Amino acid sequence: MLLTGAEIVVQCLQRENVKYVFGYPGGAVLHIYDAFFQQDEIRHVLVRHEQAAVHAADGYARASGEVGVALVTSGPGATNAVTGIATAYGDSIPVVILSGQVPTAMIGQDAFQEVDTVGITRPCVKHNFLVKDVAELAETIKKAFHIARTGRPGPVLVDIPKDVSAAKCEFHYPETVTMRSYNPVVKGHQGQIRKAVKALREAKRPILYAGGGVILADAADELTALARRLEAPVTTTLMALGAYPASDRQFLGMPGMHGTYEANLALHHADVVLAVGARFDDRVIGSPEHFAAEPRTIIHIDIDPSSISKRVKADLPIVGDVRHVFADFLRILDEEGLSAPSEALAPWWERIEQWRARRCLAYEQPSDGLIKPQYVIDTLWKVTKGEAIVTSDVGQHQMWAAQYYRFDHPRRWLNSGGLGTMGVGLPYAMGARFARPEAPVVCVTGEASIQMCIQELSTCKQFRLPLKIVNLNNGYLGMVRQWQELFHGGRYSESYMDSLPDFAALARAYGHVGIRVDHPADLQPVLERAFTEHANELVFLDVRIDPRENVYPMIQGGKGLTEMILSADDL
Amino acid sequence: MRHLISVLIENESGALSRVAGLFSARGYNIESLTVAPTEDPSLSRMTIITSGSDEIIEQITKQLNKLIETVKVVDLSEAPHLERELMLLKVRATGKDREEMKRMTDIFRARIVDVTDTTYVIELTGNQGKLDAFIQAIDPALILETVRSGVCGIGRGERVLRA
Ligand SMILES: Cc1ncc(C[n+]2csc(CCOP(=O)(O)OP(=O)(O)O)c2C)c(N)n1
Ligand SMILES: [Mg+2]
Repeated sequence: MLLTGAEIVVQCLQRENVKYVFGYPGGAVLHIYDAFFQQDEIRHVLVRHEQAAVHAADGYARASGEVGVALVTSGPGATNAVTGIATAYGDSIPVVILSGQVPTAMIGQDAFQEVDTVGITRPCVKHNFLVKDVAELAETIKKAFHIARTGRPGPVLVDIPKDVSAAKCEFHYPETVTMRSYNPVVKGHQGQIRKAVKALREAKRPILYAGGGVILADAADELTALARRLEAPVTTTLMALGAYPASDRQFLGMPGMHGTYEANLALHHADVVLAVGARFDDRVIGSPEHFAAEPRTIIHIDIDPSSISKRVKADLPIVGDVRHVFADFLRILDEEGLSAPSEALAPWWERIEQWRARRCLAYEQPSDGLIKPQYVIDTLWKVTKGEAIVTSDVGQHQMWAAQYYRFDHPRRWLNSGGLGTMGVGLPYAMGARFARPEAPVVCVTGEASIQMCIQELSTCKQFRLPLKIVNLNNGYLGMVRQWQELFHGGRYSESYMDSLPDFAALARAYGHVGIRVDHPADLQPVLERAFTEHANELVFLDVRIDPRENVYPMIQGGKGLTEMILSADDL
Repeated sequence: MRHLISVLIENESGALSRVAGLFSARGYNIESLTVAPTEDPSLSRMTIITSGSDEIIEQITKQLNKLIETVKVVDLSEAPHLERELMLLKVRATGKDREEMKRMTDIFRARIVDVTDTTYVIELTGNQGKLDAFIQAIDPALILETVRSGVCGIGRGERVLRA
């Protein structure tokens, strides 16, 4: 049967089991929207800005593990989507972005709403395509999904000119794709794996350092099993919170700029570091020179060879899918029959416990003073029993959420770690809610970040998304203010925003519940009501917090893991 | 250190800009880049001359491999190989210079491929050093135009780069 390009798009998405498409219409995608109108298998979620379409698709992917899909028009639709695409790329999230383009005959003529979308997005996609012939459309979409979800995942864009979506062609969806130029490695090198197991067994001071790759590979269970077998401490990066249960004794918290004392010192002083799906990012180890000054053996597992020995030289590189490699580790440990290493590791654990005893995340909430942000997250964790999906924006609130909400499960913590994009919190929460309609979804945000995608409160109303938004309102670009306070002589250049809206009233204007919270004693009851009385409504809590609170511990940019500032007293 | 990297890549529009974009985005040096289809018209072969520390060259090969359209990457300079570059040179060829130019062409085993009363076009192939030496050897005031193809390279003997 002959189908139009637009119908082929819809058919392809159905074959890929796509349930939601986040998008925004326009001239170049009118045929595709017409085809959507005439089917009811895939639900289209109409956002209010294309940036949010890609963020929501990205949030959907993070929460579900499936490929997220966004649809935007040519020109401004595509440029609005770029921040979303770069954000997904920064964290290796599988998203397929379909963009409309001007008709092929008009490409290159500066036509109305023409931009070189493939050119603009090239540096921030895993791959992209311009479809010039309807006969290639189905195969291209198949490839896009295949590339997005395999290997190191990432966003893939398919640019579809308007005449291609109108043209007719016989529809055939390929069952499989083979590409001679793209065959990601899955299994790790067995010899290397054996060496790594040996190094770990002989280690006196081992540590497992897990990054976002563990979540992407759905390898949290394997990580946990391996850590238990080795009795080694575990630290998970901002991107991997939930890959190992935070409530477990072997968990040291997150490493890095705002990581815990024990995680940073253990990472620094370990004799064997097992780095998995992590990349020794500048926000994790600070200065590579400072880190490299301490001798240690580094085992590095990653599906992307270019992540290995990029910033820190690996002694034992292992390229492969983390889940497969972990399975091999566990099998080899079984074969060799591991005696419990408890005794050998006792001195190491003793040292770690001493570091932990510093209680670097302790805080005080005066009962009649200003609300402390740490207390808000702590209370949120209690009220949701640690079971919520939590999204965040970027800033101090993001770090407090990461430090104080103790994630026990993967895919419950959604934030922009790589690009650090303010504005993701609300669209991520939307995407997460579509992915997991039964789960409580909370967006922890700041009064500045939320304003970057606040228009999506309207989308939430249309789709009746009962999200809970916790706005840690300090009246400042808090993270900027903190750096200015600590490193720029207290010159608060443009980090204060005048004329903030009344957020609770604004939420009500969008048709939601808006509540302002000023006193510590009110917080818990209001939060509880948000999940009971207002369970089926979106609740916007505008929580006025101590505007002077800073995030600690902190390692100044470019410094080393042992150079932590634990509190204002250390300055 | 100077390296000569050969890349087999799908002959798709956009593949070249992905490679060029990769080098500029990551701040890698690129001294020359040549590209043309192979005997299989669906594949292009690129030769890239670059330089950097061992760590940077390792990253360059990994990043090139990571491009979805890349089929194979080899650092040819790691083993015996041949390098050739083509140069076309338009020179002023009048009076006594005309005879001198012809003599230099013969010495370098170059060829004169276009002749007018006042100019020659000289064709010369060889490695970069030979081409540079030719330019050094003639009077710079006589050079009207220089066109160099950039280097192509191939491994010696049984060392073969195929899809
Ligand atoms: C799109 C974007 N622009 C600028 C920044 C730089 N930036 C990082 S944190 C921050 C302040 C965020 O303020 P707010 O949302 O109120 O969070 P707070 O730090 O106060 O908790 C800024 C401006 C960014 N990360 N993203
Ligand atoms: Mg703020």
